[in-house]
Amino acid sequence: MFKNKKMRLIFRTVVLAALVITTILVLYINSLQDDPVLAEGDQARDFMLERLDNGEDIQLSELEGKGVMINFWATYCEPCKKEMPYMEELYQKYQDEGIEIIAVSVDKNKMVIDNFYNRYDLSFPLVHDKNSTIMELYQVQPLPTSYFINPDGTIERIVKGPLTLDRLETYFNEILPENNQA
Amino acid sequence: MKKIKCECGHINHEGTVLCEACGKPIEGNQHIDGNDENNVLEMRYEGSARRSKTYKRTFVDKTWAFFSSVKVGVWLIVLALLASAIGTIYPQEEFKNSVLPSSQFYEQQYGLSGKIFYQLGFHNLYSSWWYIALIALIGISLVICSIDRFVPLYRALKNQNAKRHEVFVRRQRFFSESENVSDDDRKTLINNLKKRRYKISEEDGHILAEKNRFSRWGPYVNHIGLIIILIAGILRMFDFMHTEGYVWVREGETKVVPTTEQQYYIKNEQFVYETYSREDERFQEALKNEELDVPSNFQTNAIIYKVKDEVIPGQEPELEEVTRGEIRLNEPLTFDGYSAYQSGTQLRSEYNSISFKVENGEGEELGSFDFKTNEDQRYYKLSNGYQIEIQDYYPQFEVTEEGPSSFSKYPRNPGIIFEVSGPELEGERYFYLNEDVVPLIDDPVTNVTLEDTELITASGLIIKKDFSLPFFLIGAVIFMIGVAQGLYWHHRRVWIHPKDGSLLVAGHTNKNWFGLKNEIESSIDGTSIKMVEDQQEKL
Amino acid sequence: MDLYTVSSNFLYVSFILYLVATIFFGATIGNKREANTKSKASKIAITITILGFLSQLVYFFVRWSAAGHAPVSNMFEFIAFFGMMLVLGFIIIYFIYRETILGLFALPTAILVIGYGSMFPREISPLIPSLQSHWLYIHVTTAALGEAILAISFVAGLIYLIVKVDQTVRSKQTTWLEIVLFCVFATMAFIIITSSFDATGYEAEFVQEINGTEQSVEYHLPPLVEPNNSELVSDHFTTGIETPAWMHGADAGSKFNTLIWSLLGGLILYGITRLILRKRVAAAIQPRLSRVNTDKVDEIIYRSVAIGFPVFTLGALIFAAIWAQEAWGRFWGWDPKEVWALVTWFFYAAFLHLRLGAGWHGEKSAWLAVIGFVIIMTNLIFVNLVIAGLHSYA
Repeated sequence: MFKNKKMRLIFRTVVLAALVITTILVLYINSLQDDPVLAEGDQARDFMLERLDNGEDIQLSELEGKGVMINFWATYCEPCKKEMPYMEELYQKYQDEGIEIIAVSVDKNKMVIDNFYNRYDLSFPLVHDKNSTIMELYQVQPLPTSYFINPDGTIERIVKGPLTLDRLETYFNEILPENNQA
Repeated sequence: MKKIKCECGHINHEGTVLCEACGKPIEGNQHIDGNDENNVLEMRYEGSARRSKTYKRTFVDKTWAFFSSVKVGVWLIVLALLASAIGTIYPQEEFKNSVLPSSQFYEQQYGLSGKIFYQLGFHNLYSSWWYIALIALIGISLVICSIDRFVPLYRALKNQNAKRHEVFVRRQRFFSESENVSDDDRKTLINNLKKRRYKISEEDGHILAEKNRFSRWGPYVNHIGLIIILIAGILRMFDFMHTEGYVWVREGETKVVPTTEQQYYIKNEQFVYETYSREDERFQEALKNEELDVPSNFQTNAIIYKVKDEVIPGQEPELEEVTRGEIRLNEPLTFDGYSAYQSGTQLRSEYNSISFKVENGEGEELGSFDFKTNEDQRYYKLSNGYQIEIQDYYPQFEVTEEGPSSFSKYPRNPGIIFEVSGPELEGERYFYLNEDVVPLIDDPVTNVTLEDTELITASGLIIKKDFSLPFFLIGAVIFMIGVAQGLYWHHRRVWIHPKDGSLLVAGHTNKNWFGLKNEIESSIDGTSIKMVEDQQEKL
Repeated sequence: MDLYTVSSNFLYVSFILYLVATIFFGATIGNKREANTKSKASKIAITITILGFLSQLVYFFVRWSAAGHAPVSNMFEFIAFFGMMLVLGFIIIYFIYRETILGLFALPTAILVIGYGSMFPREISPLIPSLQSHWLYIHVTTAALGEAILAISFVAGLIYLIVKVDQTVRSKQTTWLEIVLFCVFATMAFIIITSSFDATGYEAEFVQEINGTEQSVEYHLPPLVEPNNSELVSDHFTTGIETPAWMHGADAGSKFNTLIWSLLGGLILYGITRLILRKRVAAAIQPRLSRVNTDKVDEIIYRSVAIGFPVFTLGALIFAAIWAQEAWGRFWGWDPKEVWALVTWFFYAAFLHLRLGAGWHGEKSAWLAVIGFVIIMTNLIFVNLVIAGLHSYA
């Protein structure tokens, strides 16, 4: 089959190399299988929902230029409710510096959100993802889950689980428009 | 490259064990197939030079030789076998059916052996890197073995000279030497072999009768089938070939279908649950022993919609019906490359509506209202200016440290606090839970009773797209052709070698010696040719 | 008589015919090799075997028409079918090799298998939705046929070992061979014990706590071991020893209890036999098989694997995968039963490579044939006993 040993060696080297590379590729892809659809560094998926407080539509892509926190929560999630006051406190402080918060409730009933809303004094936009469309889009697993989005629309950080005031403030600073420019 | 010239004049490659033309053993190479220790010649590759067995110089050659070895192949199979079996001792992570994280589950449930099982990664064995690497090594071995043996086998099967060296004939497993064989007897033998569909070739009075040569290609064909299956397995790792999602849809609900880029929606029109009748004569005996009814059907009547014009997620898109149909176990519904499979059911587990009747102090009916868990209606008008206000609603009621709350958003155990008010009535509050209405004030004027409840079923559907299936099927078909070809047919050869008035007859087959023996026996029937003897038995 | 009774009677008839055929096959072992296949006894024996097979075929189709679905839908039906395929496998191999001695071992194996299966509930049960598919018939029957032909190689391997293992001295080989034979005794004990207690109508009841819910568990043999985490409610004797928690199958406690009964019963039967024979059981059989052509038996070991392997692959892997694709949307899901089918496949693939590629003939390949059968039985019995999966039939 081969004229000389050299040819055969080249053939074998090529075949072996191809097999080894395929194996490594397979192992690499396999290690990615558990990764979420949206990872840090990816472009955040756009969505538009109606604000519960004033009935206006809010769209993520229109907030470009601002640092945005998307917070997935629900009324039946106790830790979610506990971080709401922190969000409110920092919203007051950072709103003017170009930070926006969208709290996406994944509840089924608007009524329960209204009841909750009336008990807390919240000024940041609250939206209702009634059919879990956005939850599905962002592949949200535990509640709460928060996405911190840079002014350019990329995801800076994904936090699964509740936040403390300190950490929240750190993350806000990461996505502040002016810090980003610098 | 060094060549070896045989006495018959044929020039053989280095490493050849038996001359390709005449079959004479080549001196100095007999150890390769172990012929120096046995009387019967090893015929597996007809003594052709196998590359891997000849040189082992560079690293590449050594690696090649390693994967080319049958021994290594068998070891890899045995390792995969053992690993697979050990993985079934305890359930895999996906089947563990527990809220505990794996790091605690295995130790708590199974003790030390469970802890070891978990720490060695057996809880996620079949997608662990080392199991996949093991299968990949088998794949590498398959490819290299096939390449390595293809050429020698091809050469050996191509060079089927009828005239072989006497030593080659004498050292076959089946051999006999008969003296004074008449020409008629010789012809009878040849004709009988012909009748058994042997192909006869002749060279200087030497005869080769051969059949089913294609059977020798069986192993290559089936290995190619396996390689295709492994390639299909690799393709399946990519999203464009294969996606999988799971969605729970409640009766009456329309939901986006996962893994479809928000392009499809599914509506659960109705869930059908049927059981076998206990009156059914056929199964009466068996059903007597069953406490619960035996289900006969789980079925989701579904409608699939496609999004007409793309909208920004979150907005209600305009939907267009693609298909509708019944999804049953074993009967998926297919649409545009996706299939929906009936998988889970939460049978009548959620309240869809709860209706109440309200009476005043005199027992006169003020009307009734129907609380729909899915709609956000807060006020219900009754007659005579009375009305109901839903004040608090807990879909799955529970009491925690924080007070009353809900465990989830699903109305599995709704708790409702509502107030009845009217022209001459201060609000009277009631609490509904567990199909029971309790007033929250002492001695209420009004009387609220539960009228009816409606339960609905949630249907769990697997959403699949798998374009790799045809590749698996092709691989499987080729594998089956290969094993059938290799195991159900047998390559058989008979050599007839005239020598100084006597006739040497030798036979070889790669397997099923018994069948070959029968064929030779019946072919020499009525002649003076001696029956071949199994020389292996003698040893 | 209703169809169910008719079908059951045909099964009894075939059971008895297999027994009779075994006796006739037994009568052939004294004959000379050549005369063997042409002898009257062997002709009668194979005729009765075929009649028995036909009778079981009638059982199968009558039961099919009575139930409205092929009788391969629960443990009893499957094992009875497996036994029938074992006989079919034997008939096929018999007509290739004309080896009567094979019948003397294959038919008792089939009888034990059918007897074992008959200890499971025999009523015609309705088909649950997950089994309502034509692939049930196609997959289960082909897989059973493949496993049965592979089991013939075990039968041949056992004969080979009984003839060839040197019984003059005690060795690892003789010990393992006795263990294999002991399993035969244990199976016999299982059938005897279960049917005796069945006849007396014995029943003990436990209440077992599983994942926080209480379930009642019935025992049909006196409890040597109790279900895990349970309380006896009926008035019976009990030892108070509990089944280990890692046994997860349905009714693990009762099955484990039965296993212990069978092992103890087998030990008694085996012990009595040893006392009577005053030597190893295999050593006692060996001289009676002195006329067996071991080369032929060796080839049967290989040949039945060669025939059975493609059938097994088709039935237990390819058809199984096609059905799984249709039922669950994935053709392979690492369910324990699936994994053990793969293990079986790997094993016989290794067997063929060793036989054809590394020259493992004779005793080595006979031992492999025995191990292969152990793997098949593991998948049939052990996986259902210990591991709860999608396939747990019974």
